[in-house]
Amino acid sequence: MDAKFVRVGTTLIVRMVGELDHHAAEKLRTKIDAKLKREGVRDLLFDFQGVQFMDSSGLGMVLGRYKLVSAKGGKVLACGLNQRIKRIFEMAGLQKRITICRSEEDALSGA
Amino acid sequence: MENYMKLEFPSKSQNEAFARIVVAAFAAQADPTLDEISDVKTAVSEAVTNAVIHGYENKSGTIVVSATLQGKRLEVTVIDYGVGIEDLEQARMPLYTSKPELERSGMGFTIMENFMDEIDVISEPGKGTTVKMVKIFGKKEPTET
Repeated sequence: MDAKFVRVGTTLIVRMVGELDHHAAEKLRTKIDAKLKREGVRDLLFDFQGVQFMDSSGLGMVLGRYKLVSAKGGKVLACGLNQRIKRIFEMAGLQKRITICRSEEDALSGA
Repeated sequence: MENYMKLEFPSKSQNEAFARIVVAAFAAQADPTLDEISDVKTAVSEAVTNAVIHGYENKSGTIVVSATLQGKRLEVTVIDYGVGIEDLEQARMPLYTSKPELERSGMGFTIMENFMDEIDVISEPGKGTTVKMVKIFGKKEPTET
Protein backbone atom coordinates (compact mmCIF):
# COMPACT_ATOMS: atom_id res chain seq x y z
CA MET A 1 0.00 0.00 0.00
CA ASP A 2 1.11 3.49 -0.89
CA ALA A 3 -0.03 6.61 0.90
CA LYS A 4 0.33 10.28 0.09
CA PHE A 5 -0.18 12.97 2.69
CA VAL A 6 -1.60 16.38 1.92
CA ARG A 7 -2.52 19.08 4.38
CA VAL A 8 -5.36 21.50 3.73
CA GLY A 9 -5.80 24.00 6.56
CA THR A 10 -6.07 21.98 9.76
CA THR A 11 -7.01 18.76 7.95
CA LEU A 12 -4.52 16.01 7.19
CA ILE A 13 -5.56 14.08 4.07
CA VAL A 14 -4.31 10.50 3.65
CA ARG A 15 -4.63 9.33 0.04
CA MET A 16 -4.26 5.56 0.11
CA VAL A 17 -3.52 3.38 -2.90
CA GLY A 18 -3.56 -0.43 -2.78
CA GLU A 19 -4.88 -3.04 -0.37
CA LEU A 20 -5.51 -2.15 3.28
CA ASP A 21 -4.97 -5.34 5.26
CA HIS A 22 -3.18 -6.09 8.55
CA HIS A 23 0.27 -5.91 6.95
CA ALA A 24 -0.43 -2.52 5.32
CA ALA A 25 -2.37 -1.10 8.29
CA GLU A 26 0.53 -1.64 10.70
CA LYS A 27 2.87 0.37 8.50
CA LEU A 28 0.37 3.07 7.61
CA ARG A 29 -0.67 3.82 11.19
CA THR A 30 2.94 4.61 12.18
CA LYS A 31 3.21 7.08 9.30
CA ILE A 32 -0.13 8.71 10.08
CA ASP A 33 0.61 9.04 13.79
CA ALA A 34 3.91 10.78 13.04
CA LYS A 35 2.09 13.30 10.81
CA LEU A 36 -0.69 13.81 13.37
CA LYS A 37 1.83 14.99 15.94
CA ARG A 38 2.70 17.98 13.77
CA GLU A 39 1.60 21.40 14.83
CA GLY A 40 -1.73 22.58 13.49
CA VAL A 41 -3.29 19.27 12.45
CA ARG A 42 -6.76 18.79 13.92
CA ASP A 43 -8.89 16.70 11.57
CA LEU A 44 -8.04 13.59 9.58
CA LEU A 45 -9.49 12.66 6.18
CA PHE A 46 -9.00 9.17 4.76
CA ASP A 47 -9.32 9.09 0.97
CA PHE A 48 -10.19 5.51 -0.03
CA GLN A 49 -10.48 6.24 -3.77
CA GLY A 50 -7.40 4.15 -4.55
CA VAL A 51 -8.23 1.32 -2.14
CA GLN A 52 -9.65 -1.79 -3.83
CA PHE A 53 -9.46 -4.07 -0.81
CA MET A 54 -9.94 -3.61 2.91
CA ASP A 55 -10.57 -6.09 5.72
CA SER A 56 -11.19 -5.72 9.46
CA SER A 57 -7.58 -4.63 10.04
CA GLY A 58 -8.41 -1.47 8.08
CA LEU A 59 -11.37 -0.88 10.39
CA GLY A 60 -9.10 -1.24 13.41
CA MET A 61 -6.60 1.23 11.98
CA VAL A 62 -9.31 3.83 11.22
CA LEU A 63 -10.91 3.36 14.68
CA GLY A 64 -7.54 3.72 16.38
CA ARG A 65 -6.94 7.03 14.62
CA TYR A 66 -10.47 8.13 15.52
CA LYS A 67 -9.63 7.61 19.20
CA LEU A 68 -6.46 9.69 18.91
CA VAL A 69 -8.00 12.52 16.88
CA SER A 70 -11.29 12.78 18.78
CA ALA A 71 -9.44 12.85 22.13
CA LYS A 72 -7.91 16.12 20.93
CA GLY A 73 -11.20 17.55 19.72
CA GLY A 74 -10.74 16.75 16.03
CA LYS A 75 -12.88 14.72 13.69
CA VAL A 76 -12.23 11.89 11.27
CA LEU A 77 -13.72 11.76 7.81
CA ALA A 78 -13.57 9.20 5.03
CA CYS A 79 -14.30 9.58 1.33
CA GLY A 80 -14.11 7.57 -1.88
CA LEU A 81 -15.30 4.31 -0.30
CA ASN A 82 -16.41 1.63 -2.74
CA GLN A 83 -19.61 -0.32 -1.97
CA ARG A 84 -17.77 -3.20 -0.31
CA ILE A 85 -15.65 -1.02 1.96
CA LYS A 86 -18.74 1.01 2.87
CA ARG A 87 -20.52 -2.22 3.80
CA ILE A 88 -17.61 -3.28 6.04
CA PHE A 89 -17.62 0.17 7.69
CA GLU A 90 -21.35 -0.16 8.38
CA MET A 91 -21.03 -3.70 9.78
CA ALA A 92 -18.88 -2.24 12.55
CA GLY A 93 -21.05 0.88 12.96
CA LEU A 94 -18.17 3.14 11.97
CA GLN A 95 -20.49 5.56 10.17
CA LYS A 96 -21.66 6.69 13.64
CA ARG A 97 -18.20 8.00 14.45
CA ILE A 98 -16.62 8.75 11.09
CA THR A 99 -18.16 11.23 8.67
CA ILE A 100 -18.48 9.51 5.30
CA CYS A 101 -18.34 11.80 2.26
CA ARG A 102 -18.31 11.23 -1.48
CA SER A 103 -15.18 13.17 -2.32
CA GLU A 104 -12.36 15.16 -0.75
CA GLU A 105 -14.09 18.35 -1.91
CA ASP A 106 -17.31 17.39 -0.11
CA ALA A 107 -15.40 16.43 3.02
CA LEU A 108 -13.43 19.68 3.14
CA SER A 109 -16.45 21.88 2.47
CA GLY A 110 -18.47 20.10 5.13
CA ALA A 111 -21.06 18.80 2.62
CA MET B 1 -15.39 -30.53 -11.92
CA GLU B 2 -13.41 -31.38 -8.84
CA ASN B 3 -10.10 -29.83 -7.85
CA TYR B 4 -8.05 -29.10 -4.77
CA MET B 5 -4.98 -27.20 -3.61
CA LYS B 6 -2.86 -26.86 -0.49
CA LEU B 7 -0.57 -24.07 0.58
CA GLU B 8 1.85 -23.83 3.51
CA PHE B 9 3.68 -20.70 4.66
CA PRO B 10 5.13 -19.05 7.78
CA SER B 11 2.97 -16.71 9.85
CA LYS B 12 4.30 -13.47 8.37
CA SER B 13 1.87 -10.64 7.74
CA GLN B 14 3.02 -10.22 4.14
CA ASN B 15 1.61 -13.72 3.46
CA GLU B 16 -1.94 -12.49 4.16
CA ALA B 17 -2.12 -10.96 0.69
CA PHE B 18 -0.37 -13.97 -0.85
CA ALA B 19 -2.89 -16.43 0.66
CA ARG B 20 -6.01 -14.53 -0.37
CA ILE B 21 -4.73 -13.99 -3.91
CA VAL B 22 -3.88 -17.70 -4.33
CA VAL B 23 -7.31 -18.81 -3.09
CA ALA B 24 -9.00 -16.24 -5.33
CA ALA B 25 -6.99 -17.47 -8.33
CA PHE B 26 -7.89 -21.08 -7.52
CA ALA B 27 -11.59 -20.21 -7.14
CA ALA B 28 -11.61 -18.32 -10.46
CA GLN B 29 -12.02 -21.59 -12.40
CA ALA B 30 -15.57 -21.89 -11.01
CA ASP B 31 -16.38 -18.65 -12.81
CA PRO B 32 -17.51 -16.61 -9.79
CA THR B 33 -18.64 -13.00 -10.03
CA LEU B 34 -16.23 -10.23 -9.00
CA ASP B 35 -18.29 -9.73 -5.85
CA GLU B 36 -18.07 -13.42 -4.96
CA ILE B 37 -14.29 -13.39 -5.45
CA SER B 38 -14.03 -10.32 -3.21
CA ASP B 39 -16.10 -12.11 -0.54
CA VAL B 40 -13.68 -15.05 -0.60
CA LYS B 41 -10.59 -12.81 -0.58
CA THR B 42 -11.87 -10.85 2.41
CA ALA B 43 -12.82 -13.96 4.40
CA VAL B 44 -9.47 -15.69 3.70
CA SER B 45 -7.65 -12.52 4.69
CA GLU B 46 -9.52 -12.46 8.02
CA ALA B 47 -8.80 -16.11 8.80
CA VAL B 48 -5.10 -15.86 7.93
CA THR B 49 -4.73 -12.58 9.85
CA ASN B 50 -6.30 -14.27 12.90
CA ALA B 51 -3.76 -17.09 12.61
CA VAL B 52 -0.86 -14.59 12.46
CA ILE B 53 -2.03 -12.28 15.26
CA HIS B 54 -3.97 -14.56 17.58
CA GLY B 55 -2.89 -18.11 16.74
CA TYR B 56 0.81 -17.36 16.80
CA GLU B 57 0.67 -13.97 18.57
CA ASN B 58 3.01 -12.52 15.93
CA LYS B 59 5.62 -15.22 16.61
CA SER B 60 6.70 -17.71 13.98
CA GLY B 61 4.58 -20.70 13.09
CA THR B 62 3.16 -22.54 10.12
CA ILE B 63 -0.16 -21.75 8.49
CA VAL B 64 -1.81 -24.23 6.13
CA VAL B 65 -4.47 -23.07 3.69
CA SER B 66 -6.25 -25.64 1.58
CA ALA B 67 -9.20 -25.41 -0.75
CA THR B 68 -11.42 -27.80 -2.67
CA LEU B 69 -13.73 -26.99 -5.50
CA GLN B 70 -16.68 -29.17 -6.43
CA GLY B 71 -18.66 -27.55 -9.17
CA LYS B 72 -19.74 -24.20 -7.71
CA ARG B 73 -18.90 -25.15 -4.13
CA LEU B 74 -15.65 -23.79 -2.73
CA GLU B 75 -14.42 -25.02 0.63
CA VAL B 76 -11.46 -23.22 2.22
CA THR B 77 -9.67 -24.41 5.34
CA VAL B 78 -7.18 -22.28 7.29
CA ILE B 79 -5.18 -24.11 9.96
CA ASP B 80 -2.74 -22.86 12.59
CA TYR B 81 -0.99 -24.83 15.34
CA GLY B 82 -0.89 -21.91 17.75
CA VAL B 83 -2.45 -21.03 21.08
CA GLY B 84 -6.05 -21.89 20.22
CA ILE B 85 -9.20 -20.11 21.37
CA GLU B 86 -10.49 -20.56 24.93
CA ASP B 87 -13.97 -19.21 24.40
CA LEU B 88 -15.18 -19.62 20.83
CA GLU B 89 -18.57 -18.06 21.42
CA GLN B 90 -17.00 -14.89 22.78
CA ALA B 91 -14.40 -14.79 19.99
CA ARG B 92 -17.14 -14.85 17.37
CA MET B 93 -19.13 -11.99 18.88
CA PRO B 94 -19.16 -8.82 16.75
CA LEU B 95 -16.75 -6.15 18.04
CA TYR B 96 -15.18 -8.50 20.61
CA THR B 97 -11.39 -8.61 20.51
CA SER B 98 -8.87 -10.18 22.86
CA LYS B 99 -6.26 -7.74 21.61
CA PRO B 100 -7.63 -4.18 21.77
CA GLU B 101 -4.09 -2.88 22.36
CA LEU B 102 -3.22 -4.00 18.82
CA GLU B 103 -6.15 -1.96 17.46
CA ARG B 104 -8.09 -5.01 16.39
CA SER B 105 -11.65 -4.17 15.44
CA GLY B 106 -13.20 -7.45 16.60
CA MET B 107 -14.94 -7.87 13.26
CA GLY B 108 -12.97 -10.76 11.74
CA PHE B 109 -15.41 -13.60 12.40
CA THR B 110 -18.41 -11.37 11.68
CA ILE B 111 -16.97 -10.57 8.25
CA MET B 112 -16.26 -14.26 7.55
CA GLU B 113 -19.84 -15.14 8.55
CA ASN B 114 -21.29 -12.39 6.39
CA PHE B 115 -19.24 -13.04 3.27
CA MET B 116 -19.26 -16.84 3.24
CA ASP B 117 -22.18 -19.31 3.21
CA GLU B 118 -20.91 -21.52 6.00
CA ILE B 119 -18.22 -21.19 8.64
CA ASP B 120 -17.07 -23.77 11.14
CA VAL B 121 -14.40 -23.11 13.76
CA ILE B 122 -12.65 -25.89 15.63
CA SER B 123 -10.15 -24.87 18.27
CA GLU B 124 -8.28 -26.45 21.12
CA PRO B 125 -6.25 -24.35 23.57
CA GLY B 126 -2.56 -25.12 23.15
CA LYS B 127 -3.14 -27.07 19.94
CA GLY B 128 -4.41 -24.59 17.38
CA THR B 129 -7.39 -23.47 15.36
CA THR B 130 -9.04 -24.66 12.16
CA VAL B 131 -11.45 -22.41 10.28
CA LYS B 132 -13.48 -24.09 7.56
CA MET B 133 -15.52 -21.91 5.23
CA VAL B 134 -17.81 -22.68 2.32
CA LYS B 135 -18.87 -20.43 -0.51
CA ILE B 136 -21.43 -21.48 -3.11
CA PHE B 137 -20.99 -19.49 -6.31
CA GLY B 138 -23.87 -18.53 -8.55
CA LYS B 139 -26.40 -18.23 -5.76
CA LYS B 140 -28.74 -15.33 -6.16
CA GLU B 141 -27.57 -12.47 -3.97
CA PRO B 142 -30.01 -11.62 -1.19
CA THR B 143 -31.66 -8.28 -1.81
CA GLU B 144 -30.18 -5.94 0.72
CA THR B 145 -28.74 -2.49 0.69
